[in-house]
Order: sequence, then structure tokens, then C-alpha cells
Amino acid sequence: MSVSVRVPTILRTYTKDEADVTAEGGTVQDVLADLEAKYPGIRARIVDDSGKIRRFVNVYVGDEDVRFAQGLQTPTASGAQVSIIPAVAGGC
Amino acid sequence: MAIAATETQPTAARAFGPAAALSCRECGERYDLAPRFACEFCFGPLEVAYEFGALTRAEIERGPNNIWRYAGLLPVPDNVAELPNMDPGLTPLVRADRLAGELGMRSLHVKDDSANPTHSFKDRVVAMAVEAARTFGFRTLSCSSTGNLAGAVGAASARAGFRSCVFIPAGLEEGKVVMAAVYGGQVVAVDGNYDDVNRFCSELIGDPAGEDWGFVNVNLRPYYAEGSKTLAYEIAEQLGWRLPEQIIVPIASGSQLTKIDKGFRELIELGLVEDRPYKVFGAQATGCSPVAAAYEQGHDVVQPVKPDTIAKSLAIGNPADGPYVIDVCRRTGGAVAHVDDAAVVDSIGLLARTEGVFAETAGGVTTGVLRKLLDEGALDPDAETVVLNTGDGLKTLGAVEAGVTATIKPSLDVFKEAGLL
Ligand SMILES: Cc1ncc(COP(=O)(O)O)c(C=O)c1O
Ligand SMILES: [Zn+2]
Repeated sequence: MSVSVRVPTILRTYTKDEADVTAEGGTVQDVLADLEAKYPGIRARIVDDSGKIRRFVNVYVGDEDVRFAQGLQTPTASGAQVSIIPAVAGGC
Repeated sequence: MAIAATETQPTAARAFGPAAALSCRECGERYDLAPRFACEFCFGPLEVAYEFGALTRAEIERGPNNIWRYAGLLPVPDNVAELPNMDPGLTPLVRADRLAGELGMRSLHVKDDSANPTHSFKDRVVAMAVEAARTFGFRTLSCSSTGNLAGAVGAASARAGFRSCVFIPAGLEEGKVVMAAVYGGQVVAVDGNYDDVNRFCSELIGDPAGEDWGFVNVNLRPYYAEGSKTLAYEIAEQLGWRLPEQIIVPIASGSQLTKIDKGFRELIELGLVEDRPYKVFGAQATGCSPVAAAYEQGHDVVQPVKPDTIAKSLAIGNPADGPYVIDVCRRTGGAVAHVDDAAVVDSIGLLARTEGVFAETAGGVTTGVLRKLLDEGALDPDAETVVLNTGDGLKTLGAVEAGVTATIKPSLDVFKEAGLL
């Protein structure tokens, strides 16, 4: 299952400046594992040692913040858009 | 002996005044003053760090009657007062004796920020972003907004000569939409809530197309956020250079609350006010109260929610500064609380009826929380207290039901018969 992943500027050093990359996997967890295989080191920037998404990172599948879904177990259908976004924006 | 000329020469004008660097709130990593907002290492938020010079009360008091009197404490050019900006600030600190009487308090003030140029505290933060955008050479000013920020960005862009394009959630109050659009910029309504708009804007920043856009609350956020410190400075100065003992602040992203605390601490550090304890209290609407929930449950992380409240200006379900709000409220001995929409409407009426201050829903939330915390005994009715009104009721007219007392013929008899005399 191939999904498209949008990578924030901060992590593009891992993806050779690519803003959009493809990855395989049926859940966010699997997608991150595949990203790690392709771009070593990137997973630890998104997920902390205890396996949780870092406090200042938001991960979306489509328009849904995965914290509202099943977190890292959130399914990623084929063709889904996964976005990784710094959480510090806003101040309305 | 002659003093070397160079020693007395003024230093070159500085684009960011006393600001020295950006530093990560999480890991302390330091960065140059650039349009960046998240730490390269830990994604933590960056904030402005300073090297302050000596500054006296007298110097500040001689300054202009707007926020630029505090330029020595802000990341703005030394000549900021001469540049075209909205020049917000020095809004009234209303002595609220009648409201205090009704609530059984001894000393209460309302800081009425609806008196700013576009009628909300957002003019303060946008004024900072305008200066940063000018220095970085951006041409377009943008933001994600629940309404007030959009209006402030529209107006400031018009005055300072930027193109503007602001993003709001569809279905905002009409007053806010008109205020955002009248200044001639683009106003784009996005299908979704504020958090959806925010995500969209964060992605636009990362796209080459958005590279030369200055998003006041994304890539300019560290500078923008510092504008809220001016509320702290003004309150202290207006109280006769004294910190209040208790302050109640509305929370959306939580940025304003954390920067008011930063402002108070700076005043103490610089010896401009006496070091005395102050308590910061945060206010949310029940329909969007993720920070209050985390506070109540004793958590350090804030679980996002989907907002459902009439207090649309505070409807951020995933507040970026949530954890820091909890830190500030706990450290100072304050609290975070919430009130439901009925209490919001009721409190708008209370503030208007007792003090002649017409607040938007955010002010209803803040005043409602003031009342609730007094009832619960969490606020000291004898301590000097300041409650913020951050926006104007004219923007959220739909929230209140107020109308004429009676409709009569222009006749004295009719007026008397109606029992209105
Ligand atoms: C009137 C009003 N008060 C308070 C706030 C809260 O601001 P912050 O995001 O800094 O918590 C907002 C945000 O839009 C607002 O419009
Ligand atoms: Zn960091």
C-alpha cells in the first residue's frame, strides 16, 4: 500500500530536500518504519523513545490528526496523504 | 583627557533592537534571528531571547503613547516609532469598582483591549510581525485566524504596504469577516475548523510557493508572540509600576498568557517593578477546553479536542502553547478553568451592565471564569486583580440578545402610559 508523505522543512535534510515522498504501509506505524528504512534517522525525530509521537509534532492522515484516530495504529489506505507538521504554529 | 570619539558614538541602528537570538523553549538550542519557528532538533517552539540594556521608568514614560514606549523590550528596529504601523496599545485599564462590588471583590481592573485600532489585542502581536516581515523582505502578510487576527493583519498590511491574504475557518462571525476583508486583502474561508486552517497554512509555508510569505503566526511566530508582553508592561505601568496579584487571561493557542508571564518576569528582572508574587489564571470555553482539562487531570500534555462553542475566537482544539500555559499557571499558583456558553453570554451582559465595557465572546469567557473561580474560592476576592477584555462585542453581536426596551409613538402621554418614566 503506497502512500504519499509530506515532509516538513526541518526533516528534509533526511529526504535530500524532497517535500513529498512515497512510502509503503497499512498503518502510520508501518509508514514510519518504511520511511526509516529509506531515510535512516527520520523516525526518531517524529517518535520519542517511548514510542509516542513527539509533543511538538503533528501527524495527519488526510485531514485527520492521528491523535483523534488510532495514533500510530491509524490505517493508511492506498493513496492516502500523510503529513508531518511542526505543532508550534498558531495564535489565532 | 579627551574621550575617544568612538566611545560616545551611538551604535548602529539594530533591526531587532535588544533581541539577540531565537532560542528553543524545549532544549535551549539557539538560532540566528531569521524567519524560523520550530527547533531543528526537537520541533520545540522558538522564542526571542534578549540582551537588554539599562532601561528606566522615566525613559519609558517619555516614550510615545502606544506600545513603542516599550521598544527597548521588544524585537523591533530602534526607529520603530517612525515606521508605518498601526501603533496599538495604551488601552484603558478600567477601574471596575461596580463589577468588583457585584462580585464581592476589593480591587478589580478590566484591561480593555477592545480599544485597539482593529478592536482586539491582536494589533499588538501583528505590529511585531509587521516589523519582522519588513526586515526579512516579505511582500505578503498572511495568517491562520479565528477572525481577530485576520482583521489586524488586513489593516496593518494596508498601512504598512504589504499584500495580504488571510485564512479563516468558514462560518465565522460576520463582523469579523467584514473587518478582515474591508482593508482590501484576500480573505480565504477554509472548509473546516481553525486547526484545519492552521495545518493548511503550515503546509503552505513548507511549499516553495509560500516561501516568501510572512505568516504572522507561523514563520513569524516568535516575533509576533512577543507583542503580548506589552499587555504585561502596560498593566504594570498603569497600576503605578506594580504587578497585579491576580490576572485572568483567555486561552486559545495560549501564546498571550505565556507572554504576559514573560513580560512580568522581565519587569522584575530589570528592576522596573518590585518582585512580588502574582498568580496567572487561564480561561477557556467549556466547548473548547483542552488546557483546562489537562490542568484538572494533572497532565503536562494537552489532548486535542474538536471545538464546539460560541467563543469562536478561542476555538483552538490543539493549542500550541498549551503545555506552557499549564506550567505558568502551576508555577504562579493560578489555575485554568472553563465556563459554558450560557455563562459566556451572561458574563458579557454583566461586564457591559456594570462597567460599560462591551466584550466579545472571549471577554465573556474571561469574565465568566473570574466569577466562577471566585465562587469556588480559587481566586482571592481581596487581592488586586486584573481581568482582560481582549476583543470588542461589536464583532460578535449574534452572541447576545439585547434590543429596544419598548417602541412608542413620539408622545409624552404614551411614554408615561407605558410606565417607562
Ligand atoms: C479576542 C481574543 N482573545 C484571546 C485570544 C487568545 O489568543 P492566544 O492564541 O494568544 O491564546 C484570541 C485569539 O484569537 C482572541 O481573538
Ligand atoms: Zn529544541
